[in-house]
Amino acid sequence: MSTGVVQNEQYRNSQKRKDFYISIFIGFFAFVWIFPILWTVWTSLRPYNDIISYGIFSWPRHITLVNYFNAIREMHIGVYLMNSLMVTVPSVILTLFFGSLVAFVVTRYKFKFNLGLLLLFTAGNMLPIVLTYIPVFWMFIWVGELFGNRNLLYNNYGGLILVHVGFQVGFATFVLSSYMKTIPKEISESATIDGANVFRHYWNVILPLLRPALAALSVLMTTWIYNEFFWALVLMSDDSKRPITSALRRLQGQYVTDFNLLAAGAIIAASPTVIMFFVLRKQFIAGLTLGSTKG
Amino acid sequence: MKTAATVKKNRSRRSLSNTDRFTLTAFVGIPTLLQIILLWVPAVVTIILSFTYWNGVRLKDIQWAGIQNYKNIFVNNPLFYQALKNNGTWLAFFVLIATPLGILLAYQIDRGIKGHAFYESIYYLPVVLSLAVIGIIWNFMLQPGGFVQGLMGLDIGNAISIWGNPKINTWVILGVASWRHIGYIMLLYLSGLKSVDPALKEAAAIDGATEWQIFRKIIFPTMQPVNIIIVVITLIESLRAFDLVYIIYGSPTIFPLLNLLVFQNFAGQGISMKGAAYAVILLVLCIVPIITYLRINFKEDLK
Repeated sequence: MSTGVVQNEQYRNSQKRKDFYISIFIGFFAFVWIFPILWTVWTSLRPYNDIISYGIFSWPRHITLVNYFNAIREMHIGVYLMNSLMVTVPSVILTLFFGSLVAFVVTRYKFKFNLGLLLLFTAGNMLPIVLTYIPVFWMFIWVGELFGNRNLLYNNYGGLILVHVGFQVGFATFVLSSYMKTIPKEISESATIDGANVFRHYWNVILPLLRPALAALSVLMTTWIYNEFFWALVLMSDDSKRPITSALRRLQGQYVTDFNLLAAGAIIAASPTVIMFFVLRKQFIAGLTLGSTKG
Repeated sequence: MKTAATVKKNRSRRSLSNTDRFTLTAFVGIPTLLQIILLWVPAVVTIILSFTYWNGVRLKDIQWAGIQNYKNIFVNNPLFYQALKNNGTWLAFFVLIATPLGILLAYQIDRGIKGHAFYESIYYLPVVLSLAVIGIIWNFMLQPGGFVQGLMGLDIGNAISIWGNPKINTWVILGVASWRHIGYIMLLYLSGLKSVDPALKEAAAIDGATEWQIFRKIIFPTMQPVNIIIVVITLIESLRAFDLVYIIYGSPTIFPLLNLLVFQNFAGQGISMKGAAYAVILLVLCIVPIITYLRINFKEDLK
């Protein structure tokens, strides 16, 4: 008995020593890990002339927010941020709404097509997106011309929102349906017996129970859609309508020599998702563990 | 008992009024239609288009090409083989280095060292950044006059082009991509590790098992579902790689990847259905991981 306790003690002590070395290691690499981001922030706080005359490693003569003001004034970062918002918010809401509808029917009612539908939705989310580009492009132009406005979907927020919803709804359905399977059937049964129609069953009974899953998913989806690059690049031809990710690429070419301004632009572009990550860290991690096809 | 259940079932069937039927149809119908129109129909159309000649301008110019586009890709097309090699290197690097590092990191952070939540956040931070921002950040580090070259004592006058140097650019790109991938894998693995009973580890250690043995024999097997998901994610991410390299180079000439070739031929200046054929090849390569993923997730339902 006593030897066991001693062994246990020894084990704990050796673990403590190990913990110490490992935390030094992990701490050091954490600094290396975050260094490029810190360096960008640091660069964004220094005026252009300082770096030109004293070099990048020089001690700062001035620390200033002027690059941020200039990024907003010259680069119109604010406009692009707004564009991203105009696309991201409706996309996330619609994706979650549609995803919850399908998940609701598939898990609460017994239809023959349920499994097939779930497979279709989940697989759709994993297709390589470029595969659909040309037909989607033509469809958007064609629908636009049908209504007498070529830019109805192509080169417009609506089109971008539609593609995002089309692609992400599969993931939302998959995650929400696995979450919904944990909600007891009895709740649905008693709702039906009480005479609730399908819509009330969904809206008043199931939807409130889905709240944690919806919160987690919305955080994750916002990051994905906000950061999305491909569709933002090919479906928006007017630069003034571009979301910030694709606009940044053009700005990078235009301001290639003005490091500090570009750094400020990049930091502003990154801030919405970074802030969201720190504020809603719990939801974020929950979202990833709910389902995990991509990043 | 049985009859009671059947009665109940029948009643719930019958209790679906016309309004309810209509609601249910709309609930499933609208999202499904959206998904089919925006995803599955275009995917099938692209597969068909990959057997045609078309410049993407007027529909009536479409001509049947048979397998000619595929022939053009497979024969006398070094870019394609370079892309395969690069995607393959990407995959090997992710599977052999980045993913194990992510797992190692998760395993060490899971020991509950001081400030582990803080470290978790730091390692995860690159994952919430868009690749457009990541491209800019690493450009600051690596470009002539940037941090790394400054550290190496190379000023702008005698700076080297890191992105343009074929000897090192592959590893630099993979390094930057791993910067993001490692954090992602870490967080996924960490959430799985939290469900492993720590007493299991302790007992094995007291019995004299080494750290490596504990991981191999106890942790790794209990993490089986997470392991498979991580492998699938790593496969798909490596095949779909696009944003970062496109942001750095803008074209597939220096560092070709399958997705860049699709983009160049399909969405670039001169559209040709060779791009559709590239997209189909990419799809074929993705099919195995996709099916694996579906089979794992719907194992019980499929029985």
